[in-house]
Amino acid sequence: MRPLDAVGWSKPLLVLLALLPLALLVLAALHNALGPDPVSQLEKHTGIWALRLLLLTLAITPLRRFTGWNWLIRYRRMLGLFTFFYASVHLTVYLVIDLGGFWSQIFVEIAKKPYITVGFAAWLLLIPLAATSTRGMMRRLGRRWGQLHKLVYAIGVLAILHFVWQVKFGQTIAVREPVVYAAILAALLLARWRPRRRAAAISVRPAPARSPAPAPPP
Amino acid sequence: MPTRRPPDLPERDVTPEAIFQDRRRLVRLLALSPLALAACSPKGEAGAPTPAAPPPAPGTALSFTPNPAFHTQGPLTSWQDVTHYNNYYEFGTSKSDPALNSGAFKPRPWSVTVGGECEAPGIFALEDLIKGIPLEQRIYRHRCVEAWSMVIPWVGFPLAALLKRFKPTSRAKYVAFTTVDRPGQMPGLSYPVLDWPYREGLRIDEAMHPLALLAVGVYGRELPNQNGAPLRLVVPWKYGFKSTKAIVQIAFSETQPVTSWNQAAPDRYGFYANVNPDVGTVPWSQHTERRIAGSGFSLFGNRIATRLFNGYADQVAGLYAGMDLRRDY
Repeated sequence: MRPLDAVGWSKPLLVLLALLPLALLVLAALHNALGPDPVSQLEKHTGIWALRLLLLTLAITPLRRFTGWNWLIRYRRMLGLFTFFYASVHLTVYLVIDLGGFWSQIFVEIAKKPYITVGFAAWLLLIPLAATSTRGMMRRLGRRWGQLHKLVYAIGVLAILHFVWQVKFGQTIAVREPVVYAAILAALLLARWRPRRRAAAISVRPAPARSPAPAPPP
Repeated sequence: MPTRRPPDLPERDVTPEAIFQDRRRLVRLLALSPLALAACSPKGEAGAPTPAAPPPAPGTALSFTPNPAFHTQGPLTSWQDVTHYNNYYEFGTSKSDPALNSGAFKPRPWSVTVGGECEAPGIFALEDLIKGIPLEQRIYRHRCVEAWSMVIPWVGFPLAALLKRFKPTSRAKYVAFTTVDRPGQMPGLSYPVLDWPYREGLRIDEAMHPLALLAVGVYGRELPNQNGAPLRLVVPWKYGFKSTKAIVQIAFSETQPVTSWNQAAPDRYGFYANVNPDVGTVPWSQHTERRIAGSGFSLFGNRIATRLFNGYADQVAGLYAGMDLRRDY
């Protein structure tokens, strides 16, 4: 089966591609090309890549439904794991490089700063998803695997909150960026409901004379 | 009030920026030499200076005397970072905006209107205003409410030296400062982020304190537009937003003046805005800060503890004796 082979072959490429943003960031940091406050740049970019990968992961299912490209599902676990990877790098940069030497402050930050609270919660919720991403765990959990992995929707919302909440007062331009990501997330979540509605729409549409019955919903 | 020399201030003069940068670059090269070889970095080899070195600062050189009584120890923030990473919402809300968008700003000719509770009000050309006041260099810590900080060599003169010329009356309990409002030259003014023009203020005893500085220069030269040219306030024991830039108006008053950030978000930004690690403001806690110093490889070890009054407690704590700093934040 050719598509299977192609997917299997392309996975290592996807790994390299997914690691590229981090590699570029590290290079930029080593060349002191991240501006006056390099730590904040590392935090920003690792966080944004975690969010982008999360949205890509969430895009697989609607894309499959609309295009019929079922082989896309085989990339989903890797994208999800890279989401966890970038989120973990993001947290590590914050803990080790940014807060460096002031470890105990993390508890104050988590407790007192809402955007840190939701960001940390999003990372915590990613852990069980990453831990149950293996085939064995999928088999063992059965139906409950799907229920557990619905957590990803909550994670998406928390990640967006984490982003929006730290835009400083009055930054009318800077707020556009998280709003764009929020819109993409909303679209991806909405797309999950559409097939049923479309199916309903199709069934009420008057059938052409020649076809005996409307096609069953996909 | 007598000025005591802060405990951490040595008598030495400032290390010239260029020498300082060279030292950083050397350390960086040593630390990264295996990586540099692996990455075949074309830069930094054979002793060729990298563009990371500070460019010669534009602007007219000023004549001044370094004031050893106000000298902060430790690495200075580079000229590049001081002038390309700051908040000046009149030019945009991003910290790179002021340097990018202030090119059209005209800091000359300049005049300042002085009024309110004083015996010698008037409109003064900047040259006349500061005539006869000797310029000095002071190296101050600068703490932004966003929890980053810098060490900056300002050139200026004590605010008190100027204010006394206007003979404030006994009713002058406060003094307010207003930033210029020129929408044509300041693109950030098109956004209603704050109720423009930008206004700030001090209690009169704060304003008369020897630490309160009016700056006309930085790094030995005239202020660049993005740093508040041609005349700005520097109040090092308060968060940066108290230090009004491009001042066009000074007004003495009996009642506390309305100030821009306090007006916009009173729960976040108090009138006093003294640096205080124990009083947090949303969304930043103020226990620690990230020090932006030098321009070398500076990923690690930048976080330091924030000190009460930004480390100037010995000098200014007396101003707030008996006050509840949690309430009057």
